[in-house]
Amino acid sequence: MVPLWLFLAVAAALFCIGTFGVLTRKNAVAVLMSIELMLNAVNINLVAFWRFQTPLDMSGQAFAAFVFVVAAAEAAVGLAIIIAVYRNRRSVSVEDIDMLRW
Amino acid sequence: MDLNNLNTLPWLIPVGPLLAFVIITLVTNKSRMVRADDSHEYGGHHPDYDGMNVPVVAPWSRVASIVVGLSGVISAWLISWRVFFEAISINQFGKDVIFADSIDWLSNGLDTFRMGVMVDPLTAVMLFMVPLAVLCIFIYSIGYMAHDPRQARFFSLISLFAGAMLTLVVADNILLVFVGWEVMGVCSYLLIGFWFEKKSAYNAAIKAFTVTRVADVVMLLGIAYLFFLSYEFYGFATLNFRDILYNEAFLEYAAGTNAIIFGGLGLSASAVIGIFLIIGTIGKSAQFPLHVWLPDAMEGPTPVSAMIHAAAMVSAGVYAVIRMYPLFDAGGHVHAGDFTAPLLLMAVIGSFTALFAATMGVVQRDVKGVLAYSTISQLGFMIAALGMGAFVAAFFHLITHAFFKALLFMSAGSVIHAMEHGEHHVHEHHAHDHHHDHHDEAHVESVGVGDEAGTHPPADAHAATEDPAEHPREAGTHFDPQDMMNMGGLRHKIPVTYYAFLAGGLSLAGFPLLTAGFWSKDEILADGWYVFRETGSGMHLIVFLVLALAAFLTAFYTMRQIGLTFWGEARTEEAEHAGLGGPESIISRTMQLPLIILAFFAIFAGFVGVPPDFPILGSIFAPNGNPFFDFTKYALMESIQPEKPTFSWIPVLTSFGVALGGLYLGWLIYWRNPLKAGDEDPIKQPLGVLYDLWMNRYYMDDLYGMVFVRPSQWFSAVVVSTFIDKGIIDGFLHLVARAFIWTGDLIKVLNLWLIDGVSDGIPEAIGHFGVWFRRIQTGRIQQYLLLAAAAAIIIGLIFVVSTTLLQAAG
Repeated sequence: MVPLWLFLAVAAALFCIGTFGVLTRKNAVAVLMSIELMLNAVNINLVAFWRFQTPLDMSGQAFAAFVFVVAAAEAAVGLAIIIAVYRNRRSVSVEDIDMLRW
Repeated sequence: MDLNNLNTLPWLIPVGPLLAFVIITLVTNKSRMVRADDSHEYGGHHPDYDGMNVPVVAPWSRVASIVVGLSGVISAWLISWRVFFEAISINQFGKDVIFADSIDWLSNGLDTFRMGVMVDPLTAVMLFMVPLAVLCIFIYSIGYMAHDPRQARFFSLISLFAGAMLTLVVADNILLVFVGWEVMGVCSYLLIGFWFEKKSAYNAAIKAFTVTRVADVVMLLGIAYLFFLSYEFYGFATLNFRDILYNEAFLEYAAGTNAIIFGGLGLSASAVIGIFLIIGTIGKSAQFPLHVWLPDAMEGPTPVSAMIHAAAMVSAGVYAVIRMYPLFDAGGHVHAGDFTAPLLLMAVIGSFTALFAATMGVVQRDVKGVLAYSTISQLGFMIAALGMGAFVAAFFHLITHAFFKALLFMSAGSVIHAMEHGEHHVHEHHAHDHHHDHHDEAHVESVGVGDEAGTHPPADAHAATEDPAEHPREAGTHFDPQDMMNMGGLRHKIPVTYYAFLAGGLSLAGFPLLTAGFWSKDEILADGWYVFRETGSGMHLIVFLVLALAAFLTAFYTMRQIGLTFWGEARTEEAEHAGLGGPESIISRTMQLPLIILAFFAIFAGFVGVPPDFPILGSIFAPNGNPFFDFTKYALMESIQPEKPTFSWIPVLTSFGVALGGLYLGWLIYWRNPLKAGDEDPIKQPLGVLYDLWMNRYYMDDLYGMVFVRPSQWFSAVVVSTFIDKGIIDGFLHLVARAFIWTGDLIKVLNLWLIDGVSDGIPEAIGHFGVWFRRIQTGRIQQYLLLAAAAAIIIGLIFVVSTTLLQAAG
């Protein structure tokens, strides 16, 4: 059987890739995608811990299901924002989206 | 209050005028400013307000003030006369029965000082004279002050004056007398300086106030000592007249005690108190050497002069000494030729003043100046009479003098009014083309105006005659409506005034048998002669002779005054047009009515004091004894009541001689050969150097100026102002100021360097930090995230490391 630390290692790797993508990608869509990666890394963790630690309790799976829902909603909202920004600025580069300063 | 209770009724006498004073001052005295060039409001060239914006009383305020003032005085007059007639209907009033009431006034710990009112024969007679004279003065003032912009103020002050005088009259103790006395002092100050725009007027006011103040302080000392003495004797302090003057034991005690000061001179306590009180009177009644204020008091409006010189102030002085006579006489018996120190002082001062002032009266040119000196002189008569022990005669002369002197002053006021009227007339007719100059020159006025007549250079009087078109207000050629040299022939212009003046003047001169002045003066001389004959007292003879000489001069200057004013032909154009504005005018009426009333009393008041053994007249007017004498003597204890002098021809013939002689001489000089315009005063030549001496008032004013006024001015200018004020006080203040400026500079530097440094530095630092710190605020979401990630990693590392270390340790 695959040991727990392998799951955790995959999840950590996935999370790091996602973080790296969020921090470095210029394209806003790519940033969103990287966020999905990070969320899924968390999901792996959740499911893995559930399976190895409390298999009789369903809360780990339920938590992961919630994260899916939230991720879907977040992606929808994020894409909508990106489309709105694109309409205004003709760009989806995060470098151009620096209005938070004001 | 029970109006039929005669003991408490006197409380009400001063209330009316005092209430009138309050009401006028607080309610009805309303005025508004009127521009100086507004000729409509007050004739455009009022002699005393030229070129000055003046507050003019509103017409309703004038009327209301007159009504209020008059009702106050009339109420006082009615109550007074009721009290008077009740008093004279009582047999031997004053011996056992008096009207008196008092209240606890001041609880001083040991006992209670009582204050109240008292009517005894002296008070009763004063209550007959004072309100009547005051009422006449009020009526007269309606006309006299009709064009004055401050009429309401005048009525308020003169009401206060009357109220103070009546307080003094009804007072039952010397302290309340002193209160009324001082209030009158203030009023006289305010009223003499009523036209305070004139420098001479406010100087005169200050002079009157200061001179009388000197005497009042001494008087207060006397009162204080009397207070102390009564405490020693009774075991409680009292100043009540009945207690101190109607108690033989007390008087004996006062005369037998050695005084606490001047005791080494052999003076008894009563003598010291007496002398102090007399000094108060010397100030108030203008006796030598404190007489100097009174001639200057002529600067006030004429009704005020009448008030001061007849009804109130100077009478108050004599009234006070007459009142205190038993104390002065304690320890001696002047009727036996045995003078006590206070009475001797009075005899000397009084007789000397009578003669001294009469000589100055002879040369006066100012119509009111003559009257002023005659007042001083007549007051000297009274003081001298009292000094000789002629208690009743002195008081009698006080009453008759009040009537004829009030009459004379008001007549003189009418004369001045008429002359001003003539002056306006001349001004209107001749100065049309000078009209524009009027306002430009206005400010020049009031510099030398109204200086006492004596110092006018003679050229002055003629300037107006030679060039009547010359502007009369111009300094140097000012027309003086009071200068008798400018008058003449007025008997045709103002006949009522002429006859009133004649009545008053003859009374003053003591025209035999007919006038009041004769009877009172004769009684004084008769008293003096009687004591001399009985006891051979040399002092009485001297006083008798001096007074006789003064009476001669009095008769002469009275005739001179009448002659210069009314006889002959008009000497100036102003006199030619003098008049009171026609018989129909209200001014003319209100100014003539009081003259007629007072003229009646000036002539007939003397008949109440005719000696019963006087040939023929005695049996007509005094079949049951001299009514005035018999009424008044009960103001004194039985033991010191003066004896009635028996009739003697010598004093009567002396009175006849001096009065008729003086009148004849005056008639000779001024009627037979009336003064023409431009003539010199005919007495100037024969008098020679005396004329200048008298004209300059024996240089007394210059002497006082040199001894008191100049040094105190020098002292205030050099020592107080320059040295103390500017040198020490200002120097100290400047030093303090400089020290504070230095300290301030120091603190300023400190402030700039430390406080500003710190308080500016902190925000600056914050600002710099902000500038630096805001560079992390790029707006790029990725950079934020990077930082957040870095922070998370660092925190995680710290957490891990610390946990590991803790586990290792523990």
